[in-house]
Amino acid sequence: MTLIDLANPSKFLALTARVLPWLAGATAILLLVGLYQAAVAPDDYQQGATVKIMFIHVPNAWLSMFVWGVMSIAALGTLVWRHPLADVAAKAAAPIGAAFTFLALVTGSLWGRPMWGTYWEWDARLTSVLILFLMYLGLMALWRAVEDPSRAARAAAVLTLVGAINLPIIKFSVDWWNTLHQPASVMRMGGPSLDNAFLIPLLVMAVGFSLLFMTLHLAAMRNEILRRRVRSLQMMQASQQAA
Amino acid sequence: MSLGPYASFIVTSYALVAAIVLILIGWIALDYRHQKERLRELEASGVARRSGRQATEI
Repeated sequence: MTLIDLANPSKFLALTARVLPWLAGATAILLLVGLYQAAVAPDDYQQGATVKIMFIHVPNAWLSMFVWGVMSIAALGTLVWRHPLADVAAKAAAPIGAAFTFLALVTGSLWGRPMWGTYWEWDARLTSVLILFLMYLGLMALWRAVEDPSRAARAAAVLTLVGAINLPIIKFSVDWWNTLHQPASVMRMGGPSLDNAFLIPLLVMAVGFSLLFMTLHLAAMRNEILRRRVRSLQMMQASQQAA
Repeated sequence: MSLGPYASFIVTSYALVAAIVLILIGWIALDYRHQKERLRELEASGVARRSGRQATEI
């Protein structure tokens, strides 16, 4: 099956049915291994056991940006190539991305209170991630507000691409401004500054959460394709009844 | 495994992530069931896809 074949929703649904159980199984295994490694990881010399929040906070924070990146590629697919599944992919990803962003914000707050002495600070990193969360909500509202799916798809694609400007702002906010948030310690020049005792569980959890996103995204795309099939059948039914 | 004086923050974080992930899984599973049910109803009412295949067929 080539990539172009996946433009056919029926072929995409058939592939999804085959892939989803394997993806879900791999996700469960990796997350269980990651959780075990996180549980037995040593305490940090400064942060103590609160470092365990990192194993869930960081993957959610990475995914909050990654999902918007996926949606931006899908937006290009909608606007430039008019790929039939591009808007389906973007629309299905938005609530999952919103959930990851919400979790990054809340787990960050819960980590910040004991370490910084505050749940929230209006600094560049936290504020830019909050803006990302609000953009997810706005995009979901836009899809719901516009009844014509093709108009909604184009408007959402433009908004997604405009919103992508926020991604480098989030990434480099800790370098460009003074913030309470620590600078990058994994994806940075010179390699990760984390000890392997923390880095390995973190990477296992990050891959596990990425697989979780892929699983949920494929399942949500399948639902969206079925929803559009329902809509087109309802329109056919209405036109038959009117004739 | 001792979680120290900030155990409540750690446990709340993990519990919240578990709850949201479970809600996402549940929501997607319920949505799938709902769409299949709507397709079955449309199929029962006699509406056919342009391809001639059944509404619930892949």
